[in-house]
Order: sequence, then structure tokens, then C-alpha cells
Amino acid sequence: MDEFILIFRHEDGGKLASPEQMQAWMKQTMDWIGGIAAQNKYVSGTGLPFDDARVVKATAAGKIVTNGPFGDIKETIGGYIVVRADSVEEAVEFAKGSPVLLGEGNSVEVRKIAKEDKTQ
Amino acid sequence: MNQADLIPHLFRTESRKITAVLCKLFGIENMELAEDITGETFLSALEIWPYKGFPENPTAWLYTVAKNKTRNYLTRRQTFSEKITPNLPAQEADDLLSHIDLSEQNIMDSQLQMLFAICHPVLPTEAQIGLALRILCGFGIEEIANAFLTNKETINKRLFRAKEKLRQEKVKIEFPSESEIAKRMEAVLATLYLLYNEGYYSESQDTVLREDLCLEAMRLTYLLLENEKTNQPPVNALLALMCFHSSRFPARKNQNGEIVLYQDQDETLWNQELIVKGAYYFQQASKGKTLSKYHLEAGIAWWHTQKTDTPEKWENILQMYNRLLQIEYSPIAALNRTFALSKANGKTEALREAEKLCLTGNPYYHTLLGELYEDIDNKKARQHLETALTFARTPADRQAIKKKLDNF
Repeated sequence: MDEFILIFRHEDGGKLASPEQMQAWMKQTMDWIGGIAAQNKYVSGTGLPFDDARVVKATAAGKIVTNGPFGDIKETIGGYIVVRADSVEEAVEFAKGSPVLLGEGNSVEVRKIAKEDKTQ
Repeated sequence: MNQADLIPHLFRTESRKITAVLCKLFGIENMELAEDITGETFLSALEIWPYKGFPENPTAWLYTVAKNKTRNYLTRRQTFSEKITPNLPAQEADDLLSHIDLSEQNIMDSQLQMLFAICHPVLPTEAQIGLALRILCGFGIEEIANAFLTNKETINKRLFRAKEKLRQEKVKIEFPSESEIAKRMEAVLATLYLLYNEGYYSESQDTVLREDLCLEAMRLTYLLLENEKTNQPPVNALLALMCFHSSRFPARKNQNGEIVLYQDQDETLWNQELIVKGAYYFQQASKGKTLSKYHLEAGIAWWHTQKTDTPEKWENILQMYNRLLQIEYSPIAALNRTFALSKANGKTEALREAEKLCLTGNPYYHTLLGELYEDIDNKKARQHLETALTFARTPADRQAIKKKLDNF
């Protein structure tokens, strides 16, 4: 069984949501992750808060640090989870259930985690 | 307490103390010697007390006899100097005797250190629980065999192998170092949790014995709370969990000795005192930043002390199961989570999730599906309950499923 990372990409992370909306999303997200964990397919995961966010960029003038993932980048990463799945198709099925996809323009990127060489 | 009950009672409460102190003194490799001396001490009591009358202070009598027996043993055994002395701080037998310290403090310390030695990761869990029952709880081999639904011979073998292992691995009876304590605590808590569950969910028909197992698990957990180094939030959470569960003991059986399921229990029988105690330990558990699985399970158990179904109750239980499963998966948590989901979000969603669990063959899985399909597809509900019946392992489970089947 392989491990896949599901990366949540938000179209416009700067948009403010009401506390009620946030709470509803939170529940949906927790129920979604709980459902994956109930199948023994959850490995790890976390949300990525926007506080203390920086971007370090290589430019001709050297390395430039900017505040937050906002500014000229419209899309932001809101979090990720790592799941166990038999195939990328199964991982995609998990991704389809993510409440992140309730927001138009949002996306979930599914990537296989590179395996270290395990000498069994 | 009448005199006939006194010796078994003292055996349970005092033998474990004497054994722990002597074990600590002799080192774990001589655990059997400690058990033998304790056993002989009680044998003397059985021989002498009925003749000469019961001593005024039976406990003090036992401690004195245990000390004398140890002295006799030490002077008798020639091998003493090679076998035991090297492990001791003092070289002389007399010095050794002055180390037999049966003060309350030393008894507690010795028991706590024994708990860490017995809950050592080199031992399989079953062996840890067996040894804990024998050495720390003073259970007889027959009682342990009953609890595990097996025979005395199996238990004797298991305990023998466990002691051999501790000897080989040179496990020390000592308090783990500061840096090691967190890791070792995890193993200790896991064993106490299983010891409790063994009593709570055991298939053994002996109700008294089962409740005793639970009480012993609680006593040992409490022992950890009495030492400031081991009085940690997860330990408080574990004791809270045990208190909440134990509060339902009086309501779990009807007059015929049959199990009464949670939803059918008379909540006026629930022990409010234990619920209040549990709430106290739960509050103690919330100091600090760790959120252990015991915190979550205690939280879930607290909500179950509230009999009335409210949306708030099931939403909280669902969220705690969501997190619990992220920390540690277990089929029973997955099933309970799905049940909570049906209460919080509705049966349709729960059914969809239940079908993904891949727990075919697990009787509780089919029972859950039977309940979820009720009123949605009664034919399927019946089929699942019938499947559950074929997989059910205990008479109590079969009886509960049959009762549900009667509703169709």
C-alpha cells in the first residue's frame, strides 16, 4: 500500500469567511478526515494557518522574503493530509470527498509520497 | 468482617505489598523467592491463627513473620552470598534484614517500581497483565485463569516464561529515569487500560471477578497519581475514563444476570459518586498541553454519563471519535464513530460510511449495519443481524442480537 499526500489549494485564501461558515467547514473537514481514519487509511495531516507565513523567493537581486503566501500569488495552500491507498484512483476518491472542493476554483492535488529504499 | 473472611481478604491486600517489597529487595531475578516467602507467611497464618486465635494486629503479625522467614531463608541458604548479596547495597545478612522496610512509603514505592518492571516492553501484553494480577494485585492462579478463560497450567506457564524473560533481560526494579519515564509510562498506561478492559468486556461469567479486575486497574492507576512524577495528565484521563465506565456497573446486569445494553439501562442506578470523581480527574487531566487517546476516550465516556440524547452530545462524541481514530485506529472505535455519525449527521450518511469500513465478519459491524438499515431497508437489516448472530462469540452478544431480531 502506498502513501499519498492530498494538498488543499484555495483559490483565494484572502477572502474572509464568517465564523459560522468557518465552523461549518471545520466540522465537514473533521468528519471527512474521521471517515478516512475509520477505514484505517489516515496517516497524518495538518492545517496551515496564515499567521507567521513567509515566502522566500530567489530573484536576481538575491533572496527576497515576503509576508505570507498572499500578494501576487492568488492561490494558497490551506493544509494537507497523508493517506494510505492501494492506488492513485483510491487516493483520488478520498480527495473527491474533501470539503475544500465545495469552494469553486479550489483544488486538491494528489501526489504519491516517494518511498525510501527499504531493505526488507 | 468475620474471621473466616479475614485471611482471604488480608491475602489479597497484604500479599502483594510483602511480595513487592521483597522483590525490590532481592531483585527481579528472585521474584519467585519473594512469592514463596509471602506464600509461606500466609500458610503460617492459616495454620496458627485458627488455633491460637487471631492476632490483635494481623497485618503487623504478617510483616513480622515475613521478616523472620526471610531471615531464616538467608541463614539457611549457602548460595545466598553468591546469589543474592551482589545485588544488594549491604553485604551482610543482618544488614539485609534492616532493609526489609514494610513502611507505607516503601510499600508504595516498591509497588510503583514493580509496576514499571512488569509493564516492560520486552514482555507480551498478556504476560504483563498476568504478572500484574499475580504480583501487584495478589490474585490466585485460578482467578487469573478464570479471567482469561483458560486453565491454571496455561497461566502458570505464561507467568513462568514472563519471569524468565525479565531475568534474561535483567530488568531492574527501579523508577525509570526522567528521560525514559514518558516512554515507559505509555506502556504502563496501555497495560492498565487493557487490565481494565479485560474486566469490563471480559467474556468470563464471573461478575464479581470482573469487577475486581476493574477495581484493581483503578487502584494501580491511582498509585501512579500518588507519586508526583507519575501524576501526569494522561494518567488522570485514564482514571477518569475508568470512573465513568465503572459508574454503570450496577445497571449493566438485570436480575437474571443478563447484560443490559446501554440504551436500555436504568440510569438512576448509575453511580453518581463515581461520575463526580471521574469529572474531578478529568479536570486534573486538562492541565497541560497533551491530548492523549485517554483524554478523548474519557471525554466520550463522560458524554455517555448523560443519558438524554441531544444533538450536542452526539456531535461532541463524533468529533472525539474523529480525533481518536487519527491517533489510533481500532475496529471498535471505527464502528462507534459510525454510530455517532448516524446520530449526529443521519443514517443515510452513516450507511454510506459504514459500507467503506471493510469489517465483514466482525459481529459488531453486522449489528451496526442491522441497526442502520432498520426502517430504511428492513430486509437488509434482518440479513445483517442474522450474519451478526453467526459470528457472535459470547452468549451475551447472541442474546442481544436475538432481541433485536425479534423486533422484525
